[in-house]
Order: sequence, then C-alpha cells, then structure tokens
Amino acid sequence: MTESPAVTAAVTAAGPVTGTGRTGPQPAPDRRAAAGTGSGRRLLRAAGYLLRRPGLALSILLLLTVLVAAFFPTLLTSDNPLRGEVAERLRGPSADHWFGTDQLGRDLFTRMVHGAALSLQATVLAVAVGLASGAALGLVSGFFGGRTDAVIMRLVDLALAIPALLLALALITALGFGTVNVALAVGATSVAAFARVTRAEVLRVRTAVFVEAAVSCGARRDQVLLRHVLPHAWGPVLVLAALEFGTAVLAVSALSFLGFGAAPPTPEWGSLVSDGRTYLATAWWLTTMPGLTVVATVLAANRVARAFEGEQEKGR
Amino acid sequence: MTRYLVRRFLQALFVLWSAYTVCFAVLYLLPSDPVSLMVSAGSEQSMVDDAQVEALRAQYGLDRPVTVQYVDHLWHALRGDFGVSVQSGRDVTRVFLDVLPATLELAAAAFALALLLGLGLAYWGTYARRSWIRQTLLSIPPFWASLPTFWVGLMLVQLVSFRWGLLPATGNEGTRSLLLPAVTLALPTAAGIAQVFARSLRATETEHYITTAAAKGASPRRVHLRHSARNAALPALTLAGVWAGNLLAGSVVVETVFSRTGVGRTTATAVGTQDIPVVLGLVILSSLLFTVVNLAVDLTYPLLDPRILGSAATHPLKARAR
Repeated sequence: MTESPAVTAAVTAAGPVTGTGRTGPQPAPDRRAAAGTGSGRRLLRAAGYLLRRPGLALSILLLLTVLVAAFFPTLLTSDNPLRGEVAERLRGPSADHWFGTDQLGRDLFTRMVHGAALSLQATVLAVAVGLASGAALGLVSGFFGGRTDAVIMRLVDLALAIPALLLALALITALGFGTVNVALAVGATSVAAFARVTRAEVLRVRTAVFVEAAVSCGARRDQVLLRHVLPHAWGPVLVLAALEFGTAVLAVSALSFLGFGAAPPTPEWGSLVSDGRTYLATAWWLTTMPGLTVVATVLAANRVARAFEGEQEKGR
Repeated sequence: MTRYLVRRFLQALFVLWSAYTVCFAVLYLLPSDPVSLMVSAGSEQSMVDDAQVEALRAQYGLDRPVTVQYVDHLWHALRGDFGVSVQSGRDVTRVFLDVLPATLELAAAAFALALLLGLGLAYWGTYARRSWIRQTLLSIPPFWASLPTFWVGLMLVQLVSFRWGLLPATGNEGTRSLLLPAVTLALPTAAGIAQVFARSLRATETEHYITTAAAKGASPRRVHLRHSARNAALPALTLAGVWAGNLLAGSVVVETVFSRTGVGRTTATAVGTQDIPVVLGLVILSSLLFTVVNLAVDLTYPLLDPRILGSAATHPLKARAR
C-alpha cells in the first residue's frame, strides 16, 4: 500500500466528494508514515512524483483554481457578475476582459468564476448523493446477500437500463427546477453504479479471515460491517467517485444548458453557454469560453481520477 | 432454442414492466401535482379556484388512490394508450409517433457514424505499426467522452455553418441538415464503442486460437481481422441496447441545439412544462428501445457464438462478466 501523498492530496483537492470518503479510516497510515521520515521528505517525494507527471500537475492546478472560484470567487475577480457596462457590450477577449463581455456588457470571466459556485456545488452534491446512497445499498446488498441482494441488484440492473439523462429528466419533472434538484437528479442516476461497485468489493472482503475473526469474537453485525468490511471496500468506490466527478460536471452543465438549473440572471456554466447561443454568429467567445472551461475541468478531473486509480491498483 | 427464446421474451417483458413501475412511482409519488402545475403554467398566480382544481383532478382521475391509478394506467399502457399530454391535450402515443421518424433518422445516421469511427479508432489504435500512432488514436476516445455534447454542437454550427457557410445550422430538411447533428450525437457513442472494442481486442491477444492461427501461417492482417476482430466484436455487441438508449437520450440535447423537431426536443419541452404523461411516455419508449435491441442481440447471439446455447442459455452479459 504505497499510496502517494501527492495523489491523496490531489484527490482531496478535487472536492469534498472524496473528502467525504476521507472520514473513513485510512487503510494504512502507520506504514505510510514509516515510508518517509518527516514532512519535508514527503513533500519532496510529492514534488518529484508530480514533476514526472506534468499533465497531472497541471490538472491539479486547474482543479484548485476552479475550487477557489467555487468557494472564494472574490479572490479571482473583483467585478460584479450581474452588473455590466453597456458601453463595453459584446467585446471580444482582451487584457481587460479575459473571456470577453456579453450583450449587457457583463464580464464573462467574472460570470464564469461566479458560475463555478453553483455548478461545482451541484456537482459535489450529486456525487455525494450517489456515493452515500449507492455505497449504503451496495454494502447492505453484499453483506446480507440472499433475497435482499437479489431485489437490490434487480433494481440496479433496471436503473442501468434507463439512460442516465432520461432518468435525470424524469426526476426533474417530478422535483421541479433549480440547481439543487438538478444535483439530486444527477446524483440519483449514479446510485446504481456505486451500489454495484460497493457490492462487488464487499463480496470480496466479506470472506476475509479478519472478518471471520471479528464475527467469531462476537462482534455485532453492524460493527463488523462498519469497522471491518467498509474500510477495506472503500478504495474502488472512491475511485469511482473521482471518475463520477467529471461525468457529473457534464450532466449538471447539460441540464443547466437545457434550462432546468438556476433562474436567470444567476450564472451557471451550462446556462452561460445557452445564453451565448443567440450571439453564436457574431460573438464566438460567449459560447466557446464557457465550454472550454467545462472541457478543461472534466479532463483535469478525469486525469486526477486516473492517477488515483493507478495508485490504488499499485497498492493492491 | 425455444426455451431460450421464451426466457428472453419473458425477461424483456419483465424489464418493461419494472421500468414502467419505477418511473410511475417517481413521477406520481414525489411531491408534484400535475393539476396545480397545469393551471399555474406560465404564471405564478393561479387563475383557477379550488373547486375547479378538484374538478380537473377528478377529470384526470387524480383523486383516486395511487394504487388504483397505477393499475388503471398500466391497463391502458398495455393497450398502447399512455394518456393525454397535460399541455397540449393530445394523445401521448400520437405526440411521439409524429416526431419519431425524424429522431430515428438522426439516431440511425449517428449510430452508423459512431460504429465506423469507434471500430476504426479501436482497430488502428490497437494494430497500427508505430506506437505513437497507437497512443494518439487510443487517447482520442477518452477525450471525446469529456466533451459536453451541447457545446460540440454549438462549436460545429459556429465553424461549419457560420464561419465557412458549408452546411445549414438548423432544421430538418434533407441530408445536409442531418450531417452536423449526426456527428454531434455520434461522438460520445463512438468513444464508448472504441473503448470497449479496444479492450476486447487486447483481451483476444492472449487467446490460444490467435496463437494457433498465427502458427498455421495466417498473415497478421488475417489474424487481426478474421480472428481477433470477429471475437472482440461480440462483447461490444451486447452493449448495443445501452448505446441505443444513449442515442435517444442524447437526442434531447442535440435536437435542442440544432432546433430539429423530434422525440428529444418534444421531451425537453415536456420537462420544461412538467408534462408528466409525456415524460413517462418517453421513459417507456427508451426502455422499449432498450429491450427490443437487447432482445434482437440475444436472438442473434447464438448464431454468432454457438457456445451460448451450450452453456444453458446464460445471458451474454453475465457470461462475459464471469
């Protein structure tokens, strides 16, 4: 289990998504501490690890920027995302306006930075919902087996048969519009995948000798489940959470593009693209820039998730 | 063979029924009221008093217990009657049948394109002679999968239609207007096909029949095409149902971007007006598509791989997972 501290830091940086996972007991903290003496050496090793992977370093940097934008937007821009100067309307990208200005003279970069808050919070909420309910279902399904398992897995198969976007749309129809509802709907579509992976891991861990030992020592079932099975089944589930992050960014922005997210004039990444559609022929930056930001975020998130996955497999 | 057929058919029916039930539960049990949505549509304040709302509820049968409504809806659905659109008052079946051809045309074009792109990318990405070509080709599908469909569509419109003036940006007329939407819709599916096909191509490399074929003097091309590709295509085939569903779902975004009439745009509008019967109809349509495609795959599978009947008619997907 040589999970690099750099990757741990990177994935924790990817958002509270995996942050929630970090509340679970760490697999082997003592061994890792033994690998590097002192924090200085560990930092050096992390720097070396990243230097050998410039793409990963860039991805982490980008994700950090996006996270800063989501939670402390005023650090990146001092402009007001809702107020524009009419004299400055529909200007292309320049030193003053990095992403250009829209039809009301509002700075697009400022709107993207402030839009990151809603878009990323929705993403984080979506992954958290999927992770929590999926992991719970998978845990119960894998640990108890029998009829419970059969029923849950049939439902999971069914959920996987309906395309995610359609399921999300059906849920939004029932729940209504708004960023939170979009997040819940997107989260619900990933429950099945999380349940399946967790169940597979639990089935693998359940037969381990230490679980048997815990049971024979007279530990209660819920104790065995939470104390002994869960910590060892976490890994692949967290990798899936990291991967789902990129998918959720895409899904949330698509639903926001379709107009089911926050009401205007509040900026969101997807709705910014959809606002720019009207000026597609004359002001290319209004659709290109927000879209590029989404693409860069998704690519960065996937890169970090892959690094995490690689380290996880190496640790096996 | 007959037992295999009957089993598959019953399973398909079961999937359809459970999809209907789950979706009904979501749409009718969650706290949303079609009638109050209907009367307040477009305006914040309701112009209708309580007595009229009650009358409407009775007219749509919404005052009955949920279980009674469920049985009633299911009975009608079995006979192809999916209720009436709350917004337009038209038959849901009619609403979809009118726009279905346009979407099928788009989806078929996109699927053909995705198949071509996906299989080609995976094949050359696995067997190209130079390693940098292989790496470049294999890094394309994950990149495609990271692009938001709506943005790809808009970028294509911006470049191809507005900047170069080559193809129309919107509309349903003719092949020329079909090209851009089809490319947009095809990319995520092509990425999926390429990833699955490349993985199963690699998996065949260690199989004994590949060694045998090579040992018997077959040329590398013949081994790749006749032996590896043919066997690797089977796992990809089992996912056809998933891809058909994804194409239908993707049409929601693509048809909105390109302002095409079709099932997707109808759905986007229906969700916007919270038209529950239409949305329920679409989910049924998509699970119908999924089951029909899967049934077709299941039925052709024994022809392509006779071993499947020998192993007590196991499901291809499960057989693969084992």
